[in-house]
Amino acid sequence: MTMATASTVAARPARRAAAGRASFGGALRSEFTKIRSVRSTYWTLLALVVACVGIGAIGSYGHAHDFGQMTAAAQAANRAGEITRAPMVSLFGVILGQLVIAVLGALTVTSEYSTGMIRTSLSVLPGRGTVFAAKAVVFGAIALVTGLVTSFASFFPGQAIMSGQHIGVSLGHPGALRAVVGAGLFLAVCGLLSYGLGALIRHTAGAITASIGLLFVLFVLTQFLPQSWAVHIDKWIPFNAGAAIWEHQSAPVMLSPWTGFGVFCGYAAIAMAAGLYRFRYRDT
Amino acid sequence: MIEAQGLSKRYGDTLAVDDLSFRVEPGKITGFLGPNGAGKTTTMRLVLGLDEPSAGRVTVNGRPFRSSAAPMREVGALLDAKAVHGGRSAYSHLLCLAQTNNLPRRRVDEVLDLVGLASVARKRARGFSLGMGQRLGIAATLLGDPAILMFDEPVNGLDPEGILWIRNLMKRLAAEGRTVFVSSHLMSEMENTADHLIVIGRGKLIADCPMAEFIARSSRRTVWVRTPDPARLTRVITAAGGTVGDEGDGRLVVSGLSRERVGDLAFENTVRLHELAAAQASLEQAFMELTGASVEFRADQQRSDTDVLTGSGV
Repeated sequence: MTMATASTVAARPARRAAAGRASFGGALRSEFTKIRSVRSTYWTLLALVVACVGIGAIGSYGHAHDFGQMTAAAQAANRAGEITRAPMVSLFGVILGQLVIAVLGALTVTSEYSTGMIRTSLSVLPGRGTVFAAKAVVFGAIALVTGLVTSFASFFPGQAIMSGQHIGVSLGHPGALRAVVGAGLFLAVCGLLSYGLGALIRHTAGAITASIGLLFVLFVLTQFLPQSWAVHIDKWIPFNAGAAIWEHQSAPVMLSPWTGFGVFCGYAAIAMAAGLYRFRYRDT
Repeated sequence: MIEAQGLSKRYGDTLAVDDLSFRVEPGKITGFLGPNGAGKTTTMRLVLGLDEPSAGRVTVNGRPFRSSAAPMREVGALLDAKAVHGGRSAYSHLLCLAQTNNLPRRRVDEVLDLVGLASVARKRARGFSLGMGQRLGIAATLLGDPAILMFDEPVNGLDPEGILWIRNLMKRLAAEGRTVFVSSHLMSEMENTADHLIVIGRGKLIADCPMAEFIARSSRRTVWVRTPDPARLTRVITAAGGTVGDEGDGRLVVSGLSRERVGDLAFENTVRLHELAAAQASLEQAFMELTGASVEFRADQQRSDTDVLTGSGV
């Protein structure tokens, strides 16, 4: 390593008028650089797509296979129901995918604390709200794009597989487009919920555990509730509310697709608000 | 300029910073000296707005740093060279910092050149040695060409070459008219670097003065004398109320009397002197004298020792 001793420390005058001043646009560019310059981002996003598409394809194959085993009479009786459920079947991977995007959402903020980078980040941009918002926007945009890519990439092969038994549907089928776009939105909001928890908890393991608890364990636990309670509680469980947009459910038990998704966004908003509060007002 | 007024920070039961008031002025290196745990890092965190003060305030160029419109142009701070995401390359690390303040990409290349890391710019920071990590941290502080630079223990763990490099860099930055505020618990390092000293112990201000004054003020009044007749001079000085230590070889160390008084006494009593000098206390000595009472944990240590002995632990 050589040492530069003769060069000057001073910067040459900057050309742009905005240069040298903090701005939200600058914060967005910075956060994009941060997220694209670490390998864990790529691995996590790749895991998301592969897991969702893979599970969707396997689920679709199993479904088509079982349908193929039925008698002609049973097929005729079930065909309409299977077609209604077809979009959901190809999107089953989202159940695992939500956990993967939750990991990335938590890491986006907790890795700043675990590495100590947060102290450097806030020394160059002390406006806490700006940092929090820029990070959320950049992560949210990446999560949404990846979520949509994942859901479309899950839908088409799944439907192609099920079409072998004439139970696949096209995007034009009623509710299909909503389910596919909805699954992408659901993944993005899962990520943001976890982002909020990450800012609130500040520890990677803790934040991921909390996210999985909220998204997954709570859902599993409600499966054991007495039926008389379940009808009242089930639909408000975060996963059930959020999944209403891409899962086909019988209406009285679950919330309607957009209402459920709205409730889920509400949960995410609470987590984000709590995270922002701690990010802004607590020592770093 | 950094200005603290009645700055205090409490963590639970611990008062890490206790009613500190000081100013750090441009054009010189201000050393921030104190034993480990004295509150130096906490004070710097308060300057940067990483922590909120429990009482008092601290401003950077007259305003709280959190409200700065051009933070990187105002302050470049290196609190912890390890505060870097190890998976990110040196270039990406600096780029993401520069982008927040809309600094041009070429500035990243400039500072990498300046600290001598251009050849490893694309390597991930995780693999950097301590010295390289320190250089990366310093590169980050220089990105915005800031008027104020703040370094927390910058030479910790560096090799002599690295120490010299940082020392020269700080001197150059101060010579350019910048404010340089550097903390250390290494008194010898400060002696070689700082023009002005702010000394704290247990969160409290102990001294805030030019380096030379600090040494002069705190040195015990001792005078070196060399004479061919030490026995007689000892009698004379003792009679005048001074105390004498014999260093051998005709050298005496006198305390309690000024250099002038020792010279006059020797003249009046016709004792020949071959040497007469005021002893320069080293910064090390001065520091120990001033902070002896405020070295963190000392009192607690004693108490817990007693507890162990008497079996009266809480």
